[in-house]
Amino acid sequence: MSVRHALLALLSEGPKYGLQLRQEFEERTGDVWPLNVGQVYTTLGRLERDGLVEADDAHEDERQRGYRITAEGEKELAAWFGTPSEAGSPPRDELVIKVLVAMGVPGVEVGDVIQIHRRHLVELMQQWTRIKEDEGRLDLALALAVDAELFRLESVVRWLDAAEGRMKRSSLGPAPAATPRPRLRLRARSR
Amino acid sequence: MALLEMHRVTKVYGEGASQVLAVRDIDLSVAAGDLLAVMGPSGSGKSTLLTIAGSLEDPTSGEVVIDGQLLSGMSRNDKARLRRRSVGYVFQDFNLLPGLTALENVSLPLELDGVRARRARELAAAALEELGLDERVAHFPDELSGGERQRVAIARATVGERHLLLADEPSGALDSASGEAVMRMVLAACRRGLGAVVVTHNAQLASWADRVVFIRDGRLVDQTAIPPSPESLLQQGSEP
Ligand SMILES: Nc1ncnc2c1ncn2[C@@H]1O[C@H](COP(=O)(O)OP(=O)(O)O)[C@@H](O)[C@H]1O
Ligand SMILES: [Mg+2]
Repeated sequence: MSVRHALLALLSEGPKYGLQLRQEFEERTGDVWPLNVGQVYTTLGRLERDGLVEADDAHEDERQRGYRITAEGEKELAAWFGTPSEAGSPPRDELVIKVLVAMGVPGVEVGDVIQIHRRHLVELMQQWTRIKEDEGRLDLALALAVDAELFRLESVVRWLDAAEGRMKRSSLGPAPAATPRPRLRLRARSR
Repeated sequence: MALLEMHRVTKVYGEGASQVLAVRDIDLSVAAGDLLAVMGPSGSGKSTLLTIAGSLEDPTSGEVVIDGQLLSGMSRNDKARLRRRSVGYVFQDFNLLPGLTALENVSLPLELDGVRARRARELAAAALEELGLDERVAHFPDELSGGERQRVAIARATVGERHLLLADEPSGALDSASGEAVMRMVLAACRRGLGAVVVTHNAQLASWADRVVFIRDGRLVDQTAIPPSPESLLQQGSEP
């Protein structure tokens, strides 16, 4: 999550004050990502240093200072929107590692490890879903943010389901052949 | 009083070597207002559990109680009557009768139960209107979209006095928005006082339920705790 680019996006709509940016950021992200004021000013300071925004004038009190996006900032923003967010790296998730490791450990039921996580994920999903219940009062930004979280959690549950099914089939199936396993190298794609 | 109780319900299909233990030792209770989800992979016994809960099939052993009435020992006719009055069943493939309009599909079970045709149609129209289908009442199933057909199926399952809703993968092949719409309807029905059991392999659908139980190889192996309020999620203050 790039606060830097989110602030640039808000400033591309017109000049704004720091406090205003914070409030709009929280509104636009459905209040799912609280942002503290300090973080807003630190980020604005860096954006200014990099020439992506400029302050109205050098007002002593930063709260009185309005910020506007520069032409460089517009370019940076367009590049950000045009770049797919990082999603291509191989799975390094702690959960994935835990399940893979659990498979080899004597006395550990992988199925139990999976179910403990599945239950926890579904409980989290129940809480997120509750937020959507009152449709009449559901703000669009919040609904979208909640959906994003639900799809993310669901994908983990689906992986757990698939992992369980795969292990079940392999334990029923023929014993694995004793041929050496080809070494598969997963490496983060350099961009 | 529980609308549905299952005690140590077991179902065996087939005999000898080809015997399948589809569900075993199921204990379950659903009260008015409850929305229960049963989550499990394909072949885990979800449909079997639901058909037994809906008295469409008899368990090999164990007891099922619907509306306080013990099913074992009831005649087929009594069971059918109880089912028509109390239980609404939503099948995975909707199961609408193709030769009947949306309205007739919904009013038919009432008429079978002895409600006068005019009254049955009024109730059916009200149920369809509730689900936003007022303009589709005269359409036949093949003139409706998948989502609309599903809504007709839910209207049929909740029409009249029926207060136990059983749904088998109710969003079948629907997209996620329609799946959500289906669960909203089921939840709304539960908030009005119905009790519902939804079986599904889909975690997003299941997460609409107050309680999720997990089924594996015919056994209920785990269930969610009552979740804390959603506010706790938003106040964790996770770094953006
Ligand atoms: N009528 C039947 N005759 C024989 N076996 C059946 C019958 N119905 C279901 N089964 C078996 O019972 C098990 C559970 O099936 P089912 O309840 O349909 O699971 P699910 O709905 O979770 O996919 C499966 O192994 C299935 O093959
Ligand atoms: Mg099934």
